[in-house]
Amino acid sequence: MKEEVLFTMETPYRQPLAVKGWFFGAPEKKTLAVMGALRGNEIQQMYLCARLIRSLRELELSGSLSEDCGILVIPCANQFSMNVGRRFWAADNTDINRMFPGYDAGETTQRIAAWIFEALQGYTYGVHVASLYLPGSCLPHLRIMKTGYQTPETARDFGLPYVALRQPHPYDTTTLNYNWQIWDTQAFSLYTPTTDRIDTASADKGVEAILRFLQKRGLCRCSVEEQDKEICIFDEEILCNVKPEVGGLLVHKTVLGSRVQQGQPLAEVLDPCGGTLRQILCAPMDGRIFFAHESCLINGFDVALRVLPDLK
Amino acid sequence: MIQEVARVPLAVGEDLVIRKQRLGDGTPRLCVVTGTHGDELEGQYVAWRLNRLLQENSKHLHGTVDIYPALNPLGISTMTRGMPLCDLDMNRTFPGSREGAMSELIAARLMEDITGADACIDIHASNIFLREIPQVRINVNTAEKLVPLAKYLNMNLLWVHGAATVLESTLAHSLNAVGTPTLVVEMGIGIRITRTFGEQLLTGILSLMAHLGMWDAPVPPVAPPIVSSDGAVSFVNAGCSGVFFPTAEHGTRVEEGQELGMIADPLTGDIRAVLRSPVNGLLFTLREYPVVYEGSLIARILGGSI
Repeated sequence: MKEEVLFTMETPYRQPLAVKGWFFGAPEKKTLAVMGALRGNEIQQMYLCARLIRSLRELELSGSLSEDCGILVIPCANQFSMNVGRRFWAADNTDINRMFPGYDAGETTQRIAAWIFEALQGYTYGVHVASLYLPGSCLPHLRIMKTGYQTPETARDFGLPYVALRQPHPYDTTTLNYNWQIWDTQAFSLYTPTTDRIDTASADKGVEAILRFLQKRGLCRCSVEEQDKEICIFDEEILCNVKPEVGGLLVHKTVLGSRVQQGQPLAEVLDPCGGTLRQILCAPMDGRIFFAHESCLINGFDVALRVLPDLK
Repeated sequence: MIQEVARVPLAVGEDLVIRKQRLGDGTPRLCVVTGTHGDELEGQYVAWRLNRLLQENSKHLHGTVDIYPALNPLGISTMTRGMPLCDLDMNRTFPGSREGAMSELIAARLMEDITGADACIDIHASNIFLREIPQVRINVNTAEKLVPLAKYLNMNLLWVHGAATVLESTLAHSLNAVGTPTLVVEMGIGIRITRTFGEQLLTGILSLMAHLGMWDAPVPPVAPPIVSSDGAVSFVNAGCSGVFFPTAEHGTRVEEGQELGMIADPLTGDIRAVLRSPVNGLLFTLREYPVVYEGSLIARILGGSI
């Protein structure tokens, strides 16, 4: 294992931003790169990478990494915002994950994105441990952008039960995932249910998924279990939004991942002061709760839940 | 007549309501929109002045003018650039979707309301960091159609810029894509109002209305703007962090090598960098917010072959 400062950027009034990478295996090989927190609230994403670093260190010490395998993990590139409790770049509120591939003569976050992207270049596989833009929790899954270069079958080797294929929107074209793929890295975004709080169980599943991928590709020997479950690869467009027509207090009646039947009550929206029932949100079809709005308050037409329909 | 464009119930005892003022009737129809970014207020003055002027001189108005002062009411009311709650830049949510989340639904309703107008003016005010001279920004793909219209707006500069995919999610791009000619005005600076710029644009709006056959009162002549492409714009970014003290004056001509300002270190008393103009030209963008990081945009200069 080699811990290295990939780049530093000085900041006025504070210590320099030093972005560190942890390298494992063959130094000259660029097999897998894992990117963690790009936003200041991505604590779970940083934690997952920290757990991965611990596991990879043990695997390397025990000689379990293939000699053809070189891995880079960057757990956090935005402590500047994380340390002051801000989600986006704390000086100007820009999102580093809307700045790729970056521009090294451009504005601050364009430069940071460019330096990160330079460090992540040339790897065969890339995993971005990402968070959702929508405020809520989702089932652990991989997301792949449909750039024309996507390789969804490779994603099966992670063994996660769900792989979502996303048709890029215009704003997706400046994300790490999209640009990684355009620049010849097979890129996957790895989502777990939480962002600003640690969920150890799902973080462990994420680490296992990355190790399973390495094992399946013959890049390491480790004792990660095979997944028996069928892997569901689906187009993200089939997720069905469940939205209230009124605002109020949101009380869930199911939990993330529950199997639901068409017409089943999933949540209630209550008058926040009078307490009366304003709307019952019901399942639009048979399926599974894939996303759940996290805040107790909900506005009209916010996405309260997303149901993954049963696939034929 | 005040009309409601979109209404969404918020969680606790309040609705988010986007409203417009409709003046006149029939065709042609002009839409003047502003307040997409909650920290940009220059358009508030223009909306107010245009509103009063048209109401006091309604006999000269032939057609419909829709004034939308606040596309992002929650942002303006809380001095938040994006949409509070979801932390989204509203100008990255268009054309929106009736099936999408709240922000996309609002975007879709705005699109439905504005689409079909004979022209739309989308007024912005830079951000809290940079001061801009009055200008119209036009995507190169729509330049042929929009530059002739933009010349009526009485702005100092028409900047025809390259096409970037991220801009496809803006209101202006989305409206232009469905055939509603939309001009993006940038002027002044965030959280401030520069009344002289507002008056300048007001004259421009009346001039455009006269061109569209909507206004028959006399309008002062407008000065022809500089029309520029990307190639003529030079950028000056900070090479180090610190506090920026400008020495050049915004909106003036500068010479190659002329000092624009310095980056200072208040702790040591050092001058960390002196920033100079790379070309002869017009200093049309200048840093206003003093604290800078490596990469912070300091200035844009229009020079070279215009």
